[in-house]
Amino acid sequence: MKYADEFRDKAIGLGLARAIRSEADPQRPYRFMEFCGGHTHAISRYGLEDMLPKNVRMIHGPGCPVCVLPAGRIDMAIRLAERPEVILCVYGDLMRVPGSQGASLLKAKARGADVRMVYSTVDAIRIAEESPEHEIVFFAIGFETTTPPTAVMIRHAEKKQLENFSVFCNHVLTPPAMQKILESPDIRSIGRAEIDGFVGPAHVSIVIGTGPYEVFAEEFGKSVVISGFEPLDMMQAILMLVRQVNEHRSEVENQYSRAVTRGGNPRAKEEVCDIFELRDAFEWRGLGLVPHSGLKLKQTYARFDAEICFSMSELRVADNPACECGAILRGVKKPVDCELFGTVCTPETPMGSCMVSSEGACAAHWTYGRFRDRQRKRAS
Amino acid sequence: MKAHRRKVDIKHGCVDLSHGSGGRAMSQLISGLFHEAFGNEWLARGNDQSAFDVGAGRMVMTIDGYVVSPLFFPGGNIGSLAVHGTVNDIAMAGARPLYLSASFIIEEGFRFSDLKMIADSMGQAAQSAGVHIITGDTKVVERGKADGLFISTAGVGLVPEGFDFSAENARVGDRVLISGTLGDHGVAIMSKRQNLAFETEIVSDSVALHDLVARMVAAGGHGIRLMRDPTRGGLAATLNEIAQQSELGFSLQQEAIPVKPGVAAACELLGLDPLNVANEGKLVAIVSPDVAGAVLAAMRAHPLGRDAADIGEAVPDDHHFVQMATSFGGARIVDWLSGEQLPRIC
Repeated sequence: MKYADEFRDKAIGLGLARAIRSEADPQRPYRFMEFCGGHTHAISRYGLEDMLPKNVRMIHGPGCPVCVLPAGRIDMAIRLAERPEVILCVYGDLMRVPGSQGASLLKAKARGADVRMVYSTVDAIRIAEESPEHEIVFFAIGFETTTPPTAVMIRHAEKKQLENFSVFCNHVLTPPAMQKILESPDIRSIGRAEIDGFVGPAHVSIVIGTGPYEVFAEEFGKSVVISGFEPLDMMQAILMLVRQVNEHRSEVENQYSRAVTRGGNPRAKEEVCDIFELRDAFEWRGLGLVPHSGLKLKQTYARFDAEICFSMSELRVADNPACECGAILRGVKKPVDCELFGTVCTPETPMGSCMVSSEGACAAHWTYGRFRDRQRKRAS
Repeated sequence: MKAHRRKVDIKHGCVDLSHGSGGRAMSQLISGLFHEAFGNEWLARGNDQSAFDVGAGRMVMTIDGYVVSPLFFPGGNIGSLAVHGTVNDIAMAGARPLYLSASFIIEEGFRFSDLKMIADSMGQAAQSAGVHIITGDTKVVERGKADGLFISTAGVGLVPEGFDFSAENARVGDRVLISGTLGDHGVAIMSKRQNLAFETEIVSDSVALHDLVARMVAAGGHGIRLMRDPTRGGLAATLNEIAQQSELGFSLQQEAIPVKPGVAAACELLGLDPLNVANEGKLVAIVSPDVAGAVLAAMRAHPLGRDAADIGEAVPDDHHFVQMATSFGGARIVDWLSGEQLPRIC
């Protein structure tokens, strides 16, 4: 497959693996957090862990929008979908995300709620045009990558004067979450987890550029390498991070230069700024309330804001106390450290959010990597 | 006096509730459309059932329901699929498929012209598979109670003397053979889904595999432990199922698994793994290592096994994992699919 196979070349990959092995100092650990779920998925799917020396450890970060969505927001969506006039349009991986008391959109749909899986915002607009007697709500979710399409969709709806269309906005921002992780007591005070550097987001950075990460290099002294999602991208980014650590550098480097620039995509940023504004704070599963980390529609577009149109009240739900998703999302624990992992919590019956999306740390480890647990057990 | 038999207006007409009522309209539909398409001596006798001779040896029986959406897709339609799917389930026992039954649940308003096209495809598929559709049933439900048409087909076949394909026959060291490229059917269906449509030249691989199976059995004899057709859930589901049932594990080589570039690209786009995507004209065989070469050669000599490949082996594993060396150099599990990748794929 053109433009994909080139970035999955085994010989080059093995060469990069050799370089990482020879350059990583065996006397010290290297702990890198890949922020994005896309990176987590690639690491697991291509088995990259097997190609890294033992002292280079990847910590799976919170960059899976489905995983960090708090159960309360799912409950709010379910309540909305249960209204007889509403058709709720969602991306497929949201369907099984657990809300409170085992509820999910999939179960709500089975009970009669009109929940439609869509692949793009265009589908939601089409459904709104085809069903004027219904209220169409698009469950908008995602980081900076998926926010511009939602903005464009709202523009379309405005242009087409759609009166039966609104957005349940759950868009969140990457840099505030990275900051929250670095400032969390686990990492700052107790030192339960150390992060030497970040594999920086791929698609998010196409939109926002590399500039917003400079604060992490300058103020937090962390190495950052923006990386593409292909396995060669990741191996090269890890090598670049090893080199930064070895040379005591903390910089923002751009491995994904074929797509990412320092300034990002000005048009996309402009669209987002026109339509959205910051929330004071937004709740993230695992991270709690993170200041200025979520977006909502500006007052000018309030008529497209489902939270206003349907007077939705904010629901807060406590996570299962045994679930370690929070610590896993902060990189403090590994999936296997959770008592629920692989026992009551599997991709078929997810208890925590990390088990739901294939980009979640637990689901990725369960689906692709759990055979290593047995190898480790044997080794110990 | 013989009653006048009104011809079914195939070009302009559509199914209404009277066509399922047991009255004259139903009789006309059956004789004018289904008998015409499936024409054989058993149906012609018009009984509520059909009798047939039972040969020596053991018989296999299977049934499958077809609810695919859309009904017409590149490379086939629900009719041909309903024959191929059931014929293949029989063939996977190493059996020769003989007779099918077919049940139609039709939504009021379904066009005769579409129904005829589907019935004709079934007739042709049955003929080329060497099976006869010898009994059937027609029901009509109100508009909105079925999405156009659902078909169920049951079938019987004859197992050659001494053969008993089953997962518990698998042994450590057995080879895993597949008959060709993976994911073609699923991608062909997805490319036509209303909310997904994308351009691709991929057509469904829907086809009857009994002839390929016969050649394999001739080449491998009792060295063939079992065969399965990796339909819903793809190769991943089939191998996990066999691993559980045989209490073994499997070790695969990703580089050896054939996937068409168009299928790989579509899967990339949709975030799917070709190993989880449905096939309707492929089989996986677990084969003793001493006959694997001969069976693979026989597969490759057959038009339906041109791209056949040896993709891995059975290994001892208490956890019954299906593991794979990725083409990039790492290792991973090939797991069951979680949740529903795509409803109504067959």
